[in-house]
Amino acid sequence: MNGLSLFLDVNESAAVDYFPIAVQLIFAVGFVVTMIAVSAWAGPKRKTSDKLETFTSGIATHGDARQPMAVKYFLVAILFVLFDVEVIFFYPYAVNFRALGWDGFYAVLMFVAFFLAGFIYIIKKGALDWEG
Amino acid sequence: MTILAFDWILLLEKFILIVVVIFGSLGIALYSTFAERKVAGILQDRPGPNRAGPFGLFQPFADGLKLIMKEEIIPTNSSKFLFVLGPILAMTAALMTSAVIPWGSKVHLFGRDISLQIADVNIGILYIFGVVSMGVYGIMIGGWASNNKFSLMAALRGASQAISYELAMGLSLIALLMLTGSLSLKTIVEQQMAPGHWWNIVYQPVGFLIFIICAFAECNRTPFDLPEAENELNFGYHQEYSSMKLGFYLFSEYVNMFISSVVMACLFFGGYDIPFVNEAALSPNTAATLGVLALLIKSFIFIFIFMWVRWTIPRFRYDQLMNLGWKTLVPLALINMLVTGAVILWRMGA
Repeated sequence: MNGLSLFLDVNESAAVDYFPIAVQLIFAVGFVVTMIAVSAWAGPKRKTSDKLETFTSGIATHGDARQPMAVKYFLVAILFVLFDVEVIFFYPYAVNFRALGWDGFYAVLMFVAFFLAGFIYIIKKGALDWEG
Repeated sequence: MTILAFDWILLLEKFILIVVVIFGSLGIALYSTFAERKVAGILQDRPGPNRAGPFGLFQPFADGLKLIMKEEIIPTNSSKFLFVLGPILAMTAALMTSAVIPWGSKVHLFGRDISLQIADVNIGILYIFGVVSMGVYGIMIGGWASNNKFSLMAALRGASQAISYELAMGLSLIALLMLTGSLSLKTIVEQQMAPGHWWNIVYQPVGFLIFIICAFAECNRTPFDLPEAENELNFGYHQEYSSMKLGFYLFSEYVNMFISSVVMACLFFGGYDIPFVNEAALSPNTAATLGVLALLIKSFIFIFIFMWVRWTIPRFRYDQLMNLGWKTLVPLALINMLVTGAVILWRMGA
């Protein structure tokens, strides 16, 4: 038994199942674009240079937003990618969980231990501290 | 010639279903904005909107029309293409999630069995996760393209909040998948309808709690509405937007709220299962109609909880939000997963 083919249920699924999703995508994009076009056409057009300035509550703007930003957000994004990939590994296991029995459970226990080791490491390193 | 062999009537009925689902969810989102203001009014001991039409019922249409008729502003400093792309992405992602939701069993019309689900794909839950994460791009692109410091900060907050809670959300569902053994939403609902089987909330209370907290965070609802913290960030990531582009940002939040309520009802509260009623005893069409109603009522209860929480609980501070997501919910979801797995295996006696 191949875990991956079980996970995707290849035999039961066909491309035709996904066809309505494509139809819905075309419909949704069409609707959204039409509405934006209609509102662009229906609204008044009296643009002045003051109106098109960046809004900062009436205070004169100082430079723009194309500046370096806090590295913490990038750190969170990278950690998310790492841990989300690990979470995705749990999905095929969860679907085949009953067939794999206790042996599979012990293997996943080991995987969770690795997961936690990395998790505790980033917390100890202070990667998720927002105060400092 | 496979194209000629294609079932054109099937395509037609899917198309009608898509139109009904999209306009239905837009209509419900429209009236959620009204309900939100009414609920806020009741909770704050004031009438709420009551001028446009009887009981203020035409208020959402007045609001919508106002947004369409407003002048469209694209600031000179902004990245023009991305500025327009942002709200389109946010709204399209919000409208796409409904594709895999089983709205009801099936109706029998014109001699055909019509399934009330747009696409029964066997990876339904993964599809929802995929499309929901596309919504983050709407916020991120919009906030960055505005070229406004407040918008940018709000977008950064929104993006890192959404991805942090997506982690706990993904983990909380694994315990549920161990129970169901399937990623298809239809299968999950049908399992809960089977006789002698309770709704999944009975087996997975902790998983549900984690899931609903993450759903609040994913929808940017209070107490997780940091991207829209007016008192720190003026208006949030959409502050440079006007007319329907702003409307779509605000609107996609309500569509997302409705869809996540439906997903919660499907995963944990039996979907279109009518409590204490044996659907098999009813005629298929009656059962399907009542089933759709049951699903809608369940999701309206969740929408009310979303609003109730919004007008009751104040907003978190950003570090509290991140600590809750990473240091509390992720370990809790892991423990829940392991305990569920051990209990199921122990009961199986394997």
